[in-house]
Amino acid sequence: MSTRRPSAAEIAALLPLPLAHFHILVALAGDELHGYAILQDVASRTGGTVRLETGTLYRSIQRLLENGLVVESSERPDPAIDDERRRYYRTTPLGVAVVRAEAARLAALVDLARAKGLTPEAI
Amino acid sequence: MRLYRALLHLYPAFYRAEYGDELVRTFAVRSRRAGGGAGRAALWLRELVDLPRSAFLVHGDVLRQDLAFALRALRRSPGFAATAILVAALGIGANTAVFSLTDQVLLRPLPYPSPERLVQLWETEEDGCCNEVSPPNYRDWKERSHSFSALSAWHWRDGNLVGAGAPVRLHGVAVGAELLPLVGVRPIRGRLFSAADERTGAPGTLVIGQGTWQRVFGGDPDVIGRSVRFDDEAFTVIGVLPDGFAFPTREAEFWAPIRMNPDDLADRDNNFFKVVGRLAPGVSLAAAAKEMDAIGAQLAHEYPDTNDRSSVAVQPLHTVNRQSRLLITALVGASGCVLVIACINLATLLLTRALARRRELAVRAVMGAGRERVTRQLLTEALVLTVLGGGLGIAFAAALGPLLAHLVPSELPIVAHGGLDARLIGFALLVTVVTGVAFGVVPALRASGRRLDGLRERGPLGGGRSALRSFLVTAQVAGCVVLLVACGLLLRALLRVQQVDPGFRGAGVLAVQTPLPPQRYQTAAPRDAFYSRVLAEVRTLPGVAAAGYVTWLPLEMGGGIRPVEVPGEVAASPAHRPLASLRFVSPGYLDTMGIPLRAGRGVAAGDNATARKVAVVSEAFVREHFPNGSGLERTFKFAGEDRTIVGVVGEVKMRGLERRNEPQVYLPYNQGMDNDTYYAPHELVLRTSGDPYGQLSAVRAIVRRADPEVPIGKVREVDEVVWNQTASRRTQVWLLGAYAALALLLAGIGIHGLLSLAVSQRQSELGLRLAIGANRREILALALAHGLRVAAIGAGVGLVLAYAAGRSLAGALAGIEPADAVTFGVAVGAAVLMTVSGTLLPALRVLRVDAARVLLSA
Repeated sequence: MSTRRPSAAEIAALLPLPLAHFHILVALAGDELHGYAILQDVASRTGGTVRLETGTLYRSIQRLLENGLVVESSERPDPAIDDERRRYYRTTPLGVAVVRAEAARLAALVDLARAKGLTPEAI
Repeated sequence: MRLYRALLHLYPAFYRAEYGDELVRTFAVRSRRAGGGAGRAALWLRELVDLPRSAFLVHGDVLRQDLAFALRALRRSPGFAATAILVAALGIGANTAVFSLTDQVLLRPLPYPSPERLVQLWETEEDGCCNEVSPPNYRDWKERSHSFSALSAWHWRDGNLVGAGAPVRLHGVAVGAELLPLVGVRPIRGRLFSAADERTGAPGTLVIGQGTWQRVFGGDPDVIGRSVRFDDEAFTVIGVLPDGFAFPTREAEFWAPIRMNPDDLADRDNNFFKVVGRLAPGVSLAAAAKEMDAIGAQLAHEYPDTNDRSSVAVQPLHTVNRQSRLLITALVGASGCVLVIACINLATLLLTRALARRRELAVRAVMGAGRERVTRQLLTEALVLTVLGGGLGIAFAAALGPLLAHLVPSELPIVAHGGLDARLIGFALLVTVVTGVAFGVVPALRASGRRLDGLRERGPLGGGRSALRSFLVTAQVAGCVVLLVACGLLLRALLRVQQVDPGFRGAGVLAVQTPLPPQRYQTAAPRDAFYSRVLAEVRTLPGVAAAGYVTWLPLEMGGGIRPVEVPGEVAASPAHRPLASLRFVSPGYLDTMGIPLRAGRGVAAGDNATARKVAVVSEAFVREHFPNGSGLERTFKFAGEDRTIVGVVGEVKMRGLERRNEPQVYLPYNQGMDNDTYYAPHELVLRTSGDPYGQLSAVRAIVRRADPEVPIGKVREVDEVVWNQTASRRTQVWLLGAYAALALLLAGIGIHGLLSLAVSQRQSELGLRLAIGANRREILALALAHGLRVAAIGAGVGLVLAYAAGRSLAGALAGIEPADAVTFGVAVGAAVLMTVSGTLLPALRVLRVDAARVLLSA
């Protein structure tokens, strides 16, 4: 995976990000996780409101891999605590840039709503 | 866990291989940590929904990628893509067009509620089915039968309508009061007929179609209750029927009640009713036929003079005549042949391409695409090609629609051509997908399976493959021979029918209908005045060489058949009385039509009501009744009077070019039946020099001056009437000919493709042979001999099938033998020529094989 900065066009082509992809990328930000760990992370961070199922998880991972947003990690944790057959994933620089852009896009949308007084508190 | 693993088979294999273990492992952990039974059950429920959904989406992802790849690949080889799409389009288009016709005529139910319960009833005689019914027989059937919830009658009834703009001639139907409710139509305005409308002397009532309402009455919102004069009688419009309603055919413009008079009910020999019934609930067609048989037998017993030979036939209302059915079946067979040949072609094209790409495919396989992905990719390509071809094919089919309309029998209440609809598109899609899968999958499996070792593969091909190739070539040759023979036989039949002499010269003769209002023209005197005035003025028109009046044109109207009584002749029974077809004519008619005079004279101006009653008869009439002598001055009783023969003329085909025709009797128009306008001349014919239609406006003006209330009905050149007789045959030959030409072209391309493939695959073998001293000519001869052998086998198989096809077409061949030697010879010759020319190009390539280069690359 190249380390060059992803171009704006590359990023824009992948937006908006499907919700499942967004959650997976957030879960993988700064971490290398296997499938089950991703599911757990998403569930715990959203207080159980977002629950990915196994099939959706791996289809999403496949798409993220194809688009170059995540890669399979070659580094493994301590074999003593790891099932070596398990696959670990981590984000690429493009993945980080895309999830950032998606967050910004969502934030901008929230700002728009807020400007009209449609803040969550007001509801 | 086993269930979960089984569910994973919903995914594509490559995906399963990549992620299957991960999925199972993750699911296992989740399942362990889900807690007790309830938690685990909830997890299962969610997964059971999610997994099929995501599998479906994965398939979608793959399809999207394959499509994008396929389109890219096809764009890179536009020649191949265009050929394959065209081949698929021709095959699919030919079949879709024929399906539309078959669907419309044979498959689709008639456009009435519960159409399968509708039947038609006929009087039959020993020698065959389907005469119209006499009013008294109809009345007795209706009274005595219990099989029908309703039984009603109709007959065509044209009439002159005055009082809604210019006088017009309308084509309509007289119906029993129960008929319209029986076929289930409801008026959009006003009401239908009641029993009161049927009574003799009841005020005239009319129901009109929506088209007539718009066209003749200008969509007048107050049309109900509007008074018009119809054949000089006051009629009131009482109802309007919805757009799209047709009974008995699309041509009907109005419906009027049948009003029977006592005379009608007395004559059991006067057959002019068509009878339609709706089977009562629970009664089968067979049960109704049985009951009607019994009633027919009763009537034969009660009225032996008229009914002794007649019985009753009950048929579904949706009965397609044998000829139409045969022609459509032939087309279905032909389009099937074209489709098979197109499919073989498509398979050849795809196989050739797959083999040419086997290195690329092998590379992809090695790169980890796997056999399944490669197969899928090739299949997607095949489907893309056939779907594009299918789209083009539907366009072809739509373009063929108007032509096929000639094959829709006119006696059915259906539109001549239906255009595109969901059924048709559905059929085309089905053919497309079957074609694409069936003929994409074989090359795909071959190319991706055994050929995946294409990186190593260089050698000659195995025997099995060449057997398949020979089979494909044989099948194409056989298909071509069958089509060529069928088309050739029908072409010969068409030519034979076209050579039939109708007995008159219709070129340059214009026929104009001037139907007289029956009330004012009931007696001979006003009719005579009208005809004389019109004829005198028409004859002065520049460019008109001759003119005359006749009851009906030959071929257009087969009826007017009357019994003949010759002194001294005794018929075996009343039903065996000799018959002749009757026409009343004015002086000049026989000349105008070019009907040759053989003896005596034609009808003359002096043959008026007070002169002796004379007749001009055809040669067959003299042969039948007066075999010794010319027949002149002999007397017979016909149309209510004794008539003396003053002239003999040539035979005319009255009923049809391909039908048995009664001898003809022409009577002077003012020696007619005084109170009967049925036989009074309706048709003005004029022989013109130059464009016959150029006289029309002058004729119109003359008729308007003679009587402003007489409309102009049908106008046509008499030659068109003859031409129309062979219209459906011409369409048939044209279509089958097009299909045969298409098959020949496709097969030629296909054979060329197959053999080119063989030559290119055997390059190294041929190179080797050349290197060790084989003669190029010998190799060429070998290739040609192989081509000829395959052609001979294909032609042999084709001949057997073609003979069977010819036998089944026998009814449409107008007497041409199904084993017609000329046709078979030409068909085989064309097929062999096609095979040899398909073989020649690839064989010539053998001569250019560079032995050294081939061997070096091996």
